[in-house]
Amino acid sequence: MPQKSKYKAPLAHLVNPGHSACAGCGMIIASRLVLDAAGKNTIVTNATGCSEVTTTQYPMTAFKIPWIHSLFENPASLASGISAVLRKRGQEDKINVIAIGGDGATFDIGLGNISGMWERGDNVLYVCYDNEAYQNTGYQSSGATPLNAHTTTTPAGTKSFGSQLPKKNMIEIALAHNLPYVATATVGYPLDVIDKVKKTLAIKGPKYLQIYCPCVPGWGIEPKDTVKVSKLAVNSGFYPIVEFINGQLARKMTISKQEPVENFLKIQKRFKHLFASPGGQKEIARLQVIADYNIKKFGLI
Amino acid sequence: MKIPITVKPGTTARVKTGNWRELYVPEIDYEKCIGCSMCEKICPEGICFSTGEKNSKGKIFFEKDLDYCKGCGLCAEICPAKAIEMKREEK
Repeated sequence: MPQKSKYKAPLAHLVNPGHSACAGCGMIIASRLVLDAAGKNTIVTNATGCSEVTTTQYPMTAFKIPWIHSLFENPASLASGISAVLRKRGQEDKINVIAIGGDGATFDIGLGNISGMWERGDNVLYVCYDNEAYQNTGYQSSGATPLNAHTTTTPAGTKSFGSQLPKKNMIEIALAHNLPYVATATVGYPLDVIDKVKKTLAIKGPKYLQIYCPCVPGWGIEPKDTVKVSKLAVNSGFYPIVEFINGQLARKMTISKQEPVENFLKIQKRFKHLFASPGGQKEIARLQVIADYNIKKFGLI
Repeated sequence: MKIPITVKPGTTARVKTGNWRELYVPEIDYEKCIGCSMCEKICPEGICFSTGEKNSKGKIFFEKDLDYCKGCGLCAEICPAKAIEMKREEK
């Protein structure tokens, strides 16, 4: 056993330890960064998913702020209601309302309710932690699953390279609702996440923040590689980090040296079939085209 | 039978997840620590923290709480000063 330290953790964060998220989990890092940046005057509504089941095993909760879970599709509607009450009571400027959902809740199941919330213009920040599949229930593919990724519902084999559909462009969907603030971030760059949450909460109206969170068992990576994979996704152009204010591209994370998308793929087991079969190189080239397109579209280099 | 639907905040703290560690445990070199707080930001458990004390170079150094540490190694990965090393844990 290592020597017992004389220092004890002050447990000063708004998410306590003792939750059951995997070692190296990206989602729980995102949850903690978002809540710490928002501060204690915050009400959170949470969708079903990893962020709910790992933190709130009855009769316990990891959260130290008002937190409510209803159904898979409901965080946006719940947040709308809370925001309406705060508006009526004149507390809108004092209390933040944040809805948190995974990519399954955001891209697929809750999309209609989120669209409704954005249309009504409620003063809510919607945070999507994007781990690119239904990781909580056993790695089924979602609208956010990228092209050629292996999931249990899009298995790679002799006739298939995994998911045959590209990732749904949720950022464009958000922009089509004329939101005052739409951005992507990743846990690989925690200071950027904190910065974006602070910036967006100062804006009144509906906001959307999509945080790229590697999933250790779902993507088949080592726990210590969560940061590395996120950084490779950004630096290969596969996951552009951008920020739109009133529909205009306000800021972007530029890439000093573009990594080949192959480096990003080869450390993840969900893409390992691309390196095992002869047709795989062609599929990697297709993914490279997506990355190059992102770089050109947002001018990342 | 009545079941309450609310629970006390932060109650998971009573679950000591330190027994999740498999092989490696982080060790922080107080002298190399520059107090940048990146480990505090990246730790999935949120149990890297500032001790409030200074090392011989006058930098406030950080420490981790092994009661909860799951041994993922992200603190060692992100540390810009390479002050954290993952060491094999003898149990």
